[in-house]
Amino acid sequence: MPAAAVQPEAPQPLRKLYRSGEGRLLGGVARGLAGHLGLPVIWVRLVFIGLFMANGLGALLYAAFWFFVPLGVGGVGAERPHTVTTETGADGRRKLVVRKVDKGQLLAFVAMVSVAMVFVSTVDISNSARAYLWPTLLVGAGVALVWRQADNARRARWMAVGRRRRTLQLARAAAGVVLVGAGVTGIFVLQGSVQDLGSVLQAALAVFVGIALLAGPYLVRMTQDLSEERLMRIRAQERAEVAAHVHDSVLHTLTLIQRNAENVNEVRRLARAQERDLRTWLYKPEGTGKEEGEEPDTLADAVRKAAAEVEDKHGVPIEVVVVGDCPLDEKLTAQMQAAREAMVNAAKYGGEGGAVQVFAEVEGTTVFVSVRDRGPGFDLDSVPADRMGVRESIIGRMQRHGGTARLRAVPDGGTEVELEMERAEKTS
Amino acid sequence: MSDETTEATGAAESGGADGGSGRRVRVVLVDDHRMFRTGVQAEIGRTEVTGVEVVGEAADVDQAVTVITATRPEVVLLDVHLPGGGGVEVLRRSASMMGDAENPVRFLALSVSDAAEDVIGVIRGGARGYVTKTITGTDLVDSIFRVQDGDAVFSPRLAGFVLDAFASTDAPPVDEDLDRLTQREREVLRLIARGYAYKEIAKQLFISVKTVESHVSAVLRKLQLSNRHELTRWATARRLV
Repeated sequence: MPAAAVQPEAPQPLRKLYRSGEGRLLGGVARGLAGHLGLPVIWVRLVFIGLFMANGLGALLYAAFWFFVPLGVGGVGAERPHTVTTETGADGRRKLVVRKVDKGQLLAFVAMVSVAMVFVSTVDISNSARAYLWPTLLVGAGVALVWRQADNARRARWMAVGRRRRTLQLARAAAGVVLVGAGVTGIFVLQGSVQDLGSVLQAALAVFVGIALLAGPYLVRMTQDLSEERLMRIRAQERAEVAAHVHDSVLHTLTLIQRNAENVNEVRRLARAQERDLRTWLYKPEGTGKEEGEEPDTLADAVRKAAAEVEDKHGVPIEVVVVGDCPLDEKLTAQMQAAREAMVNAAKYGGEGGAVQVFAEVEGTTVFVSVRDRGPGFDLDSVPADRMGVRESIIGRMQRHGGTARLRAVPDGGTEVELEMERAEKTS
Repeated sequence: MSDETTEATGAAESGGADGGSGRRVRVVLVDDHRMFRTGVQAEIGRTEVTGVEVVGEAADVDQAVTVITATRPEVVLLDVHLPGGGGVEVLRRSASMMGDAENPVRFLALSVSDAAEDVIGVIRGGARGYVTKTITGTDLVDSIFRVQDGDAVFSPRLAGFVLDAFASTDAPPVDEDLDRLTQREREVLRLIARGYAYKEIAKQLFISVKTVESHVSAVLRKLQLSNRHELTRWATARRLV
């Protein structure tokens, strides 16, 4: 990201929305939201209760939050101790300590129950529907119990609460199942008077929905957990791969450099090769951890590969700049061979003048490559006719494939080879 | 650092590098690698020969800002990767000194990095140029004097990045003046990318060295000010994920 000339102050890290695992009444939704929005918990709870009066919308919202918002260490700072916590006793053993439920929590609970009662009594519904109301509430209570249960399994990880009591868990789950079952059966029995297929179907549906409700939170949270873990694992693997590769090859190179300390050219070659390797790993876009022997399929890769090979073989540094890129075709492969030949010549005859500069550019359908050295320069006309290297492998090759090659002496010393080729089709 | 620096490369242009012109420039080195600072100091710090006087060194962002404020150098050699927020942060906190009308502090970025967002980042942060650490001592001294004059210094790689970033697209420019390179600017950049020195570019295009410099400065300005959508996208596309 190019930083703008004037950088803004670093933004505050966003507070992610989590359900609070601490000091919660039901699912920790209100506490989590309060923490996220920066409001007192009681306000959020009041809003939920108010919405609950509006045809139970609050309950729906609350359930949705509970279902989809992951449990985390968010929310308002839990100023109240847990009802059940672990303490390390004097003998060094951890044991469960049941604390008194504090008044606020109790008060809130009573308020909620009374609101529910008021809601039930005020809702004006026909008798037939009223018969469903209590079973429905029972089912709701059962589901809520089970959801809390599912939360607690995760909460145990967050809070690192020592040993959980399996019996307590089982009792809770069983209670949930029993409540749901009772609700479903209630609906069943009420329907029993009507003898037709519909009732059976309805009952079956009710059972199915009940099971879905029971298993739902587990499934949703399991997939959430799994995808999170997978992401972490992939990241860790990538890091390990890069580290392993880099460590090995760098250590290897350093060993070789120490062994060849008196051979200047070899040391330089080793260092350059390692530098290239490292740069490829660091600065290449994703998915280009190409193996050594692999054939390049784009122009940029081909130019870099040719330069690397010539550099290794002749021990002259070659700086490569590539602008744009395109896939290789037959013509361009020929151009690459010519360019490679030009690099070899530059390294052999002009290498003492410093680095060889290679520039390749794709513009529309034209591919231009220049190879320049700062050597003593060289005159094509003075090359004996039997030395066909440059004539054949560079100029001839380019012409056969419909391109052009130009060799010229640069005014201030050195030679430059310019290769130009039209690509077959434009795909950029 | 390579030991090719002892050789005359022909890339060095003016006689400015031999100190014969009697020019002087006060420089601060900012780099978190002590070995590298020592190396640069040894190469360019012999004031009677090079004309460069190293007046301070710093190894992280806070130190750099302190040293630059205290010594008010003419040119700062700035490493891109620094503890405490990187070279970009130093540039941000030195903005007032950069804009000083009397004696502005100018920055030349020096890095081993090839990452496009590093290069473009420091340029957009206000650096007057970008060279890689493989640059020879002679060329580095030359670049320092160029920056002291208020000109821009482009390494071949930076020129390549800029050409890539401003590559002709079908998208209409937001700001005609800033979002497009002129044909002439493009030619100049191309020659820089091909390894030509300013003097050679001038010969090649039959213009004066001063004109070459003004083209490069114009490109630098566009690079710093353009809000070109492609520029951002291009740099992000090359980010290390």
